[in-house]
Amino acid sequence: MSKYLLKRLFMSLVTIWAVITITFALMHSVPGDPFRSESKMPPAVYENLLSQYGLDKPVPQQYVIYLGNLLQGDLGASMKSRVETVNDMVERGFPVSAQLGAQALLIAIVFGPALGSLAALYQNKFPDYLSMVIAIIGISVPSFIMGTVLIQFVARNVAYFPIGGWGTWQHTLLPSFALALMPLATMARLMRSSMLEVLNQDYIKTAKSKGIRKSAVILKHAVRNAILPVISILGTTISNLLVGSFVIEKIFGIPGLGRFFVQSISNRDYTLIMGTTIFYAIILVAMLFIVDIAYMLIDPRIKLAKEGR
Amino acid sequence: MSKKKRVAVLSILLVLALVFSACSGGSDDNGNGDDAQPKILRTNNSSEPGSLDPALAQGTHESWVLDHVFEGLMKKSQTGEVVPGMAESYKMSDDGLTYTFKIRDDVKWSNGEPVTAHDFEYSWKRALDPETAAYYSYQFYYIKGGEAYNTGTGTVEDVGVKAIDDTTLEVVLENPAGFFLELTSFYCYFPVSKDVVEENPDWAKDPSTYVSNGPFLLTEWVHNASITLSKNDEYYDADMIKLDGIEFSILDDENTAWQRYEGGEFDFLTPLPQTVVAQMTADNNPELVIGTDLATYYYNLNTEVKPFNNLKVRQALSMAIDRESIVVDVAQGGQASAEGVVPFGIPDETGADFRDASGNHVTYDAAAAKTLLEEGLAEEGMTIEDMSNVTLLYNTNEAHKKIAQAIQEMWRTALGVEINLENVDFQVKLDREKAGDYEISRAGWIGDYIDPLTFIDLWVTDGPYNDANFSNAEYDAFVNTARNSTDQAERMEAMRNAEELLMGEMPVIPIYFYTQPYAQKSYVTGVYKPVNRYPYFIYADIVQE
Amino acid sequence: MKADLDFRPEMFEVADKTDLNVDKIRRPSIKFWPDVWRRLKMNKLAMLGLTLIIAMIVMAFIGVKLSGYTYFEQNLKLRNTHPNMEFWFGTDELGRDMFTRVWYGARYSLAIGVIAAFIDFVIGITYGGIAGISSRRVDAIMMRVAEVIYSIPYLLIVILLSVVLTQEGGGSSMFVLILAMSLTGWVPMAILVRGQVLQLKESEYSLASESLGATKSWILKKHIFPNTLGPILVNVTLTIPRAIFAEATLGFLGLGLQAPMSSLGTLANDGLAGLAVGNAYQIIIPAIFISLIMFSFNVLGDGLRDALDPRLRK
Repeated sequence: MSKYLLKRLFMSLVTIWAVITITFALMHSVPGDPFRSESKMPPAVYENLLSQYGLDKPVPQQYVIYLGNLLQGDLGASMKSRVETVNDMVERGFPVSAQLGAQALLIAIVFGPALGSLAALYQNKFPDYLSMVIAIIGISVPSFIMGTVLIQFVARNVAYFPIGGWGTWQHTLLPSFALALMPLATMARLMRSSMLEVLNQDYIKTAKSKGIRKSAVILKHAVRNAILPVISILGTTISNLLVGSFVIEKIFGIPGLGRFFVQSISNRDYTLIMGTTIFYAIILVAMLFIVDIAYMLIDPRIKLAKEGR
Repeated sequence: MSKKKRVAVLSILLVLALVFSACSGGSDDNGNGDDAQPKILRTNNSSEPGSLDPALAQGTHESWVLDHVFEGLMKKSQTGEVVPGMAESYKMSDDGLTYTFKIRDDVKWSNGEPVTAHDFEYSWKRALDPETAAYYSYQFYYIKGGEAYNTGTGTVEDVGVKAIDDTTLEVVLENPAGFFLELTSFYCYFPVSKDVVEENPDWAKDPSTYVSNGPFLLTEWVHNASITLSKNDEYYDADMIKLDGIEFSILDDENTAWQRYEGGEFDFLTPLPQTVVAQMTADNNPELVIGTDLATYYYNLNTEVKPFNNLKVRQALSMAIDRESIVVDVAQGGQASAEGVVPFGIPDETGADFRDASGNHVTYDAAAAKTLLEEGLAEEGMTIEDMSNVTLLYNTNEAHKKIAQAIQEMWRTALGVEINLENVDFQVKLDREKAGDYEISRAGWIGDYIDPLTFIDLWVTDGPYNDANFSNAEYDAFVNTARNSTDQAERMEAMRNAEELLMGEMPVIPIYFYTQPYAQKSYVTGVYKPVNRYPYFIYADIVQE
Repeated sequence: MKADLDFRPEMFEVADKTDLNVDKIRRPSIKFWPDVWRRLKMNKLAMLGLTLIIAMIVMAFIGVKLSGYTYFEQNLKLRNTHPNMEFWFGTDELGRDMFTRVWYGARYSLAIGVIAAFIDFVIGITYGGIAGISSRRVDAIMMRVAEVIYSIPYLLIVILLSVVLTQEGGGSSMFVLILAMSLTGWVPMAILVRGQVLQLKESEYSLASESLGATKSWILKKHIFPNTLGPILVNVTLTIPRAIFAEATLGFLGLGLQAPMSSLGTLANDGLAGLAVGNAYQIIIPAIFISLIMFSFNVLGDGLRDALDPRLRK
């Protein structure tokens, strides 16, 4: 077990290194650079800026320097902001994105499986259709449309919800909901089908025939087993939440990491692109790692299969 | 599932929740607090400033804030005139090369220290210092020795700025420049406190160490969320300042910003979504103000690429554009269709508008354009079909996209040419223009000062912004006259001739002159917009109903 | 009854040794695919999805010709015309016929979805298949590589790549978008295929087949391939809406198709601005079609999954 964990940890580090390298290479092959944005800048100033940020050196050398700094935890200075370093931005932006993501995840985890279970228990009845409708809306309306619609029709008309921005608890509700809808729908659908499958299993029938109360059968046996596939997609769900937040943060004007990411690419803010990417990769890899272990703990077959091969 | 496994599942969920929720809520940034008494004007600054150090500012998202927390030697009054600010008076030598400013003796920095001539000398030289790498250092090239120092060929001692004593500043220019006084009201000419900056290079990063001299002071900066200013009670003209503060939110989505304005969370908003301006115009909405601007929207033609080396082809493309329709039906922001490269709003030697006096240099005649194009293409041995390889380059932006599509369609219907569009990031467009790797490209120029020269000198041979690669000795001679003469009549005449020549050659196709539409609630008064600045809130007021 | 136990050689026939495979089903059986189709037909929702998809594909070709307007033709004076008898879906900000533009956009969206799914399918099945039948070492390396690619935030690589490719290739073409999306999109498919192959290789019926004398290639052809095809097909059906979705999001971030071409994503993005000024139809119409496509492919995918699942066979 610990040997497997170590191996897995090592692979995670390799993954992160690979992400860094690929992003670095991609980024430097994108035409344009961070200081070309002001056409009126004198060439001498431009040269000065390049050398200030070490961009006058050959790319491989920049790569080595970057890795060296990174090992010391230094993500470098932003090429657009002279106020904050990339570390500052990540430290400030991450909690915001994390709160948004966590709230969305919470909404999805609480309501998704619940809706799915209800749908399965009342198959082809009203709750089933309701949850299907919600699920279909969730998977079929892109978040940029959902976000805009929420602002136009909900925030504008309900005084309780501020229109965009960030700060209070009220600010977080609409964007969290917009972000949660997609994973919520996916989870509901997954839960519905796995629940239907479980309900047909012999052990449920056995439990029922033993005279156990229906609610107990459902809670103790059905839900607990049916939720396994939902847990298995947590890793990708979290990654989708992170990515989805690019759009939601832009629409709602939320000062999170996702907004930095999109801006940094069009600004060619190299250090910020790297900083946010690395950060995303670390979170993603860590989540996949955690989910993997969780699944291993829960499902012994996985462990056996891994060791068997 | 065993109990052990259940615990495992639960704890994983908990860990996930913890990882995500280790964060703070933050404070309420909704300026409309419980206390309705302070007059706080709420508006939106579309993006996070890269720095609030005047020397390091890069664009309007910085300058709009700077315009309120700093003040230069001169300032722009409500009527758009250049009037003394930090300076009490000034003297210009007869040859127009030397300016001597007398600084007010009642002006203080926000830390209580007096603003002196030494601060100005220090600030300007700092902006020119190659080490500072100030984006807008070229704005100081009018000062003697400025360009040499900035580009590393001269020394700081040779820069023509000198504090004679605490309140006297002497500036020597390279050429006589009537617009220099106006430049000193521009944000890169704002002073910074020598003592503060020398002691703490990071002074501009935090409101607690931020020292300025304007009508408002920086009190809070929540990065990527908001910037709050409050009234500077020590400002020499504090009695005239009605607002207690200004709150700039930082929100880059135009549509969301508009929703906030409509929802009453902003008192003032610019820029507005194009569709909104069109709608407000149609409704005669009194909250809409079409602010004047000093800028031209145009297309570069790469004269070094066939068939754009042919004058007839260039003229045909220009003649096939219905500018009136572009302005009224597409841009819809109250813009004026271009009649040349110099926009309205610049007075000539008689005080009349330069544009009005020099007349319209562009025409719309689709039929004539078609004939011209066919002749021109024949001269180059090309056909209409060859034009289908031509690409119009523009930087990614909804407004540019709309205009490009409209013009593409006008050329298709009027001339039968089917060109392609290509959108790229701004940096890439600039790179490609510099490298001459384009055929037609969108461009815009915002005047640095109120004089036709800021537009006319763009197209001198090998000029740094001459992306059309236009070169004409006669034109260069006109520009030279306009740069060096102190006789306004002679200068203006040279520039009128230059523009006529340029429009005859048509290396650039002017489309329209910009405006800056903005929306303000009915209870907001006193906002004014100098022609080449963002709106000023200095004398604004919120009138309680 | 002793005589009955008297076995004599002439009572036996020599078995035909040319065909030792007793696994072969010699009697006609209900064929797999017709059966799947039969069961799919019973799923009303899936059939609705399938019908909608076919209808939209047909309309993507003929719909653009129905109104008599082209997707690029402008009528500036008639801009923002609400849907009426002349313009069935209204006109956009430049006075272009939305009906034509929507079907034109649907064509691009569907093409992007289908082609991206096809590329994912080809790469995924090849990569996953090779990993599945290779030695453990090769398999491990291949899976680690796939994992690394999968760990790069999806949209990040798409954004970066479309910027790189667009600006070197000139014009944000459909090809660039598809390529950028396929670069990471194939990984789930490869993992799925590999998992299927592994599982089936060691499954009881493969073992049974093997012990009944079937050769490896027979097993691969007759058992593994048909049985993996089901989940793969389902995955393909669900990849299409994912690619369409991703393209729409890219359009929102300004990285969509080159104007005046349109996809449903870029149409929806263009229409966003109309929402605030009473031209909501400009966003609602493309949004409905995006949602319809998402819905159709998703229910079809679900239906296929159920139809292919032998456990749900009735």
